[in-house]
Amino acid sequence: MAALLTVRDLEARYGETRVLRGISFEVAEGGITTILGANGAGKTTTLRAVCGMVRTAGEISLGGRRIEGWATEDIVRLGVAHVPEGRGTFVQLTVEENLRLGAYARRDPAHLDADIQRVCRYFPVLAERRRQTAGTLSGGEQQMLAVARALMLKPRLLLLDEPSLGLAPLVVREIFRIVRTINRDERVSVLLVEQNASLALGLADHAYLMETGTVVMSGPAAELRENDAIRRAYLGY
Amino acid sequence: MDTLIQQIVSGLATGGIYGSVALALVMIYQATEVVNYAQGEMAMFSTYLAWTLLNAGVPYWVAFAATLVIAFVGGLLLERILIRPVESAPVLTIVIVCIGLLVILNSVAGWIYSYIQKPFPSPFPSRPIQVGNIYFGAHDIGALAVTLVVLAGLYVFFRFTTLGLAMRAAAQNPVSSRLCGIRVGWMLAIGWGLAATVGAVAGMMVAPVVFLDPNMMSGILIYAFASATLGGFTSPGGAVLGGLIVGVVENLVGTYVKFIGTELKLTVALAMILIVLVVRPSGLFGRAAVHRV
Repeated sequence: MAALLTVRDLEARYGETRVLRGISFEVAEGGITTILGANGAGKTTTLRAVCGMVRTAGEISLGGRRIEGWATEDIVRLGVAHVPEGRGTFVQLTVEENLRLGAYARRDPAHLDADIQRVCRYFPVLAERRRQTAGTLSGGEQQMLAVARALMLKPRLLLLDEPSLGLAPLVVREIFRIVRTINRDERVSVLLVEQNASLALGLADHAYLMETGTVVMSGPAAELRENDAIRRAYLGY
Repeated sequence: MDTLIQQIVSGLATGGIYGSVALALVMIYQATEVVNYAQGEMAMFSTYLAWTLLNAGVPYWVAFAATLVIAFVGGLLLERILIRPVESAPVLTIVIVCIGLLVILNSVAGWIYSYIQKPFPSPFPSRPIQVGNIYFGAHDIGALAVTLVVLAGLYVFFRFTTLGLAMRAAAQNPVSSRLCGIRVGWMLAIGWGLAATVGAVAGMMVAPVVFLDPNMMSGILIYAFASATLGGFTSPGGAVLGGLIVGVVENLVGTYVKFIGTELKLTVALAMILIVLVVRPSGLFGRAAVHRV
């Protein structure tokens, strides 16, 4: 499968601290790729680098186009939807307004209502809460809203930063199930960053393992899941 | 009783002007957490531009509309040129830039137009409007109507248009806004433009009452601070309502409390600021700021 996103020798630093020390990875067109690793491994920074939120060195190409150094707003216009850590919903705006903002960068803003209905089919609870402000939603519902808002862009690439964070296991399983459906039905490629390795490996086709700013291992998700040595050493289950 | 109603209506008219300037302050404050101390002088300068147009023989409402456009572009450019370079600087730096802008606009207006007071025309008839036995100043009623139309227009813009929604989003959460593709810097600039436009309306509506001079907005800015503090710096609607309350209270106290009269009216505004800050710092309709540490 051709790569939608290709990253080569990506470096990033916060002040003097090198957070990414030259990592390379790919996200296949239509695939689900996951980056696993402990706290502080550089997973979040990797996602932030892909959408131009941190200064980087190295190559980032999306669909053959080099995008490193681009402004976030322009990368979004290429169809990259980022669901950030902590969800980033607009808590004082209504659910519907959040969803409308998700489509802000689209060139064809027609059929907005139809699109809201489309994404609400994945998350029926959002349709019920349409007029409520996002701040009144539960944590799980806010995470669903964040994913739904990202879908409003009709993205080619969906970046998910720890969607399981702080949520009950049942809710997490539900969200992961929906991500799989979305990947299949909407043909969205997914790059998922997770600490919950067993769930992420169950969802992804390809996985990278990060440790202090470098990729220490990669391969098909099924292989990493089956390999006991890797599981005990790196994934802790 | 008649005097009371007259004073209330006239208080609502000036209150609408305080409320407009307060709204301009709140719009910029919400987006950047900076109080634009130059808001009053920007309004004053716009009013001088309107005066120049009127003197050149331009019909009133054409000059009015042209001034709004110039004020919008002017506010937008001020943000791009003056505020943008210090955007990520500490708040105090931006405040100093705003105060510098205040002084510069004031001096430039004085230099171009002199500090001598000039009459500024009202678009409304000078004959009072009679309702039953009570007479109302036509300018009071007209100014209140113009203010309310402007506020209603802003409400519709922010509530129902995509650009208005994007501006609210950018003010609340710049990072998430960028992830939605919103150009946050431009939203701030448009906010400055709109604030300048609202201020220009206030300037043109108040100038026929206080006469046009470079210092005409200094007192009004203090009333606007009182209004925004009362309504809450985090609530646009509250700022407008705060303005109306301040206008009415100021007028009633000035009329009925003999020792205050017209001379000590401004003190009422300052007293209101103090009382609100002590009793309810977030204002009537504001949210208390919660910072995670």
